[in-house]
Amino acid sequence: MFPDSKIPEGPITEKWEKHKFNVKLVNPANKRKYDIIVVGTGLAGASAAASLAELGYNVKAFTFHDSPRRAHSIAAQGGINAAKNYQNDGDSVYRLFYDTVKGGDYRSREANVYRLAQVSVNIIDQCVAQGVPFAREYGGLLANRSFGGAQVSRTFYARGQTGQQLLLGAYSALSRQVAYGKVKLYTRSEMLDLVTVDGQARGIITRNLLTGEVEQHAAHAVVLATGGYGNVFFLSTNAMYCNATAAWRAHKKGAYFANPCFTQIHPTCIPVSGDYQSKLTLMSESLRNDGRVWVPATKETAEKLRKGEINVNDIQEADRDYFLERKYPAFGNLVPRDVASRNAKMMCDEGRGVGSTGLAVFLDFADVIQRTSAEAVSQKYGNLFDMYAKITGENPYERPMRIYPAVHYTMGGLWVDYNLQTSVPGLYATGECNFSDHGANRLGASALMQGLADGYFVIPYTIGDYLAQTPPKPVTTEHPAFQQAQADVEARVQKLLSINGTRTPDDFHKKLGHLMWEYCGMSRNAEGLRYAKAEIQKLRREFWSDLKLAGTENEMNQALEKAGRVADFLELGELMVDDALDRNESCGGHFREEYQTPEGEALRNDDEYAYVAAWQYTADNQPEILNKEELTFENVKLTQRSYK
Amino acid sequence: MAGSNPNAKPMNLTLKVWRQKNRITKGGIVDYQVKDISPDMSFLEMLDVLNEDLLRQGQEPVAFDHDCREGICGSCNLFINGRAHGPEQGTTTCQLHMRKFSDGDTITIEPWRATAFPVNKDLSVDRSAFDRIIQAGGYVSINTGGTPDANEIPIPKDISDRAFEAATCIGCGACVASCKNASAMLFVSAKVSQLALLPQGHVERKTRVENMVAQMDLEGFGACTNIGSCAAECPVGISLENIAILNQEFLAAKATSNNLA
Repeated sequence: MFPDSKIPEGPITEKWEKHKFNVKLVNPANKRKYDIIVVGTGLAGASAAASLAELGYNVKAFTFHDSPRRAHSIAAQGGINAAKNYQNDGDSVYRLFYDTVKGGDYRSREANVYRLAQVSVNIIDQCVAQGVPFAREYGGLLANRSFGGAQVSRTFYARGQTGQQLLLGAYSALSRQVAYGKVKLYTRSEMLDLVTVDGQARGIITRNLLTGEVEQHAAHAVVLATGGYGNVFFLSTNAMYCNATAAWRAHKKGAYFANPCFTQIHPTCIPVSGDYQSKLTLMSESLRNDGRVWVPATKETAEKLRKGEINVNDIQEADRDYFLERKYPAFGNLVPRDVASRNAKMMCDEGRGVGSTGLAVFLDFADVIQRTSAEAVSQKYGNLFDMYAKITGENPYERPMRIYPAVHYTMGGLWVDYNLQTSVPGLYATGECNFSDHGANRLGASALMQGLADGYFVIPYTIGDYLAQTPPKPVTTEHPAFQQAQADVEARVQKLLSINGTRTPDDFHKKLGHLMWEYCGMSRNAEGLRYAKAEIQKLRREFWSDLKLAGTENEMNQALEKAGRVADFLELGELMVDDALDRNESCGGHFREEYQTPEGEALRNDDEYAYVAAWQYTADNQPEILNKEELTFENVKLTQRSYK
Repeated sequence: MAGSNPNAKPMNLTLKVWRQKNRITKGGIVDYQVKDISPDMSFLEMLDVLNEDLLRQGQEPVAFDHDCREGICGSCNLFINGRAHGPEQGTTTCQLHMRKFSDGDTITIEPWRATAFPVNKDLSVDRSAFDRIIQAGGYVSINTGGTPDANEIPIPKDISDRAFEAATCIGCGACVASCKNASAMLFVSAKVSQLALLPQGHVERKTRVENMVAQMDLEGFGACTNIGSCAAECPVGISLENIAILNQEFLAAKATSNNLA
């Protein structure tokens, strides 16, 4: 039985207003009788924890970091979208909604996206009131820029550190509630299981990463704001600790996992330099506003360049192919991420890639430097240029940057209804952890928007609807389900430590990442996916028989932490492959080679695949059940995305 | 591979690493050799190589904090050859690359040293004192919702830019580790001046600075003697100007408010 997506009736412009009126409220005096667990303290988690505590609920906030301020939201560079129309350039709530649905290649829920666009304007007000120092014009008002895939300037930014400033804003609001005693903060605590009682979320099991102690925590509701699963690929732009464990454990306790194969490959990352590489570094795609993407026009020139026989700056204009400008004259270098990434791959597949590996294209600032000045470019992108120089040892003011796509974001995630509730009553998912708003491809500067929309302006309303129907009686960890879950967690930790094989967690993780990147990455086909599925199963068996760890469970043991996360990636990876195999179409970030237009663009199949694939766990090593939520589009006409 | 310097040769290095089992056990320096280190590796990737080797030999890897590896999360915090975040100016440990070192070098790696930052294990320290200082007042006391339109608060660009510069502090603690007094003044001042510069922070500017300074003292950080090593070693270039602003704010608050004794 598929859970109801609970999309309110009525015209799209009125759904959220009506819903806010229709949801049940918790009496102000009763709010302090409810406990809420929030896992994760990034934008979605910190904003939710702070806002819920402000309302009067008792919040327990958990992070595996040493401080809430370290969450990976902090690394977002480019900006945050909002339909303020401060620039008088034709933006509106409807346009942001339309762009997001179209950018997501028509695989998101209209009602959720419309609400996102509506509350986007409140986010900016909230952040400015907190003291977030967004960029400003000389008149003292806020500055905007246009951002990948948008034809209006609706992106607010704080130089190249927007995520940092927004997170520190949410962190400050959270810190205030910690000081008031309304939030109890648990740092270096990793959620290792969800506890359900009578089918409802009732608490979590955590491991203290300093002492190894396994703890039980009970609450009336649980909010997961634990981010995305891009690190399945080993190499990604995600931070090293980003993982899927909390979401995956919840999935195994009944929460459906939606569209796992929808992953975003970001076009402007620094290329891989060696086997030792631990992660990839993204550079904000705001660089594409002024940088021009090109490769040599011929294979021969590219080869000479790779061998060092010619210098990049000696290649004449006529011998350069600005392939995005050529193929997409209307959008040029600003086409959406999936289109930009796939085209870079095509150029490299044609043998026209650059760098010694041939797996890179140029991003060239010579024109803008000539048109304005190096100082003007430094004002805008200084920190990104410095970062590039530090990592590669090359000066991007003098020679074009080399870039290549890398895994960056996961649109898929825990299935949620309009209230952001998962298929487990009382369990909510916010931010990148859920699947809700980005369809098959996320637009630039929309991740920060969604995380904060969910946390500040959606969950504070919708969670009350559930709590109002739950008696305000104290909850405890007395129920046997807690003892059972704790015993399971401890047994699993013991099992990992006792294998005593020969291979490290990173060794397995790299192998998995390689399989995922090759066969379930920028482009996929049925044959490759079937091969990957078998290989992942094999790798999983090897993991559980040949893993090597050291140390004990009763201390800080980073290899043990990593092993637990890799074990979950090995299961999630297979589900991603299953999902990619099921979806016999190309859409957004999911490009199936069998389904493309004659020009090589993604070819959707709206008749058969306009659905959310919500996967239901059955048992270990058993196929999952596919539930389909049909997507209906009443406001946006489904078209072939065209950026020409 | 596609590095900057194709002629740079792999390096062999001697590492002198602080190992300490936990907060209560005494620690010490242990020597390790690492081989074939590419100059294009980051410093932490070099430590990854060491840790993989140790784990394969059944030994416990070296614990250290790190996460984004992009220089922004503030997790990484190694004291390398006597300097916070190592020899390169304006760089976090994760953005330090091995091309800054030479074949045959001996590199000493220690955790931050400060009473207020106890060692958890090996190179990992507890910096929760910073969180408690922010909890003491590093915010504007507004709830979610009910805020005015963002453009109703015009702020001169130069003021906004200065506030932004202060707000870029990543909370790594290099300022404390570099200070002979283990003072947290640069960290505290960055937040105080961000919010003192902006109109949104004016309402609470007196209580904020008093409470944050009181918490800083309570945590056991040392006093500031204006040496300036904090700003010199700050990976994101937080300016000493902020300490001047903090002192000014603090004195003005003490002279005019009745908030604290």
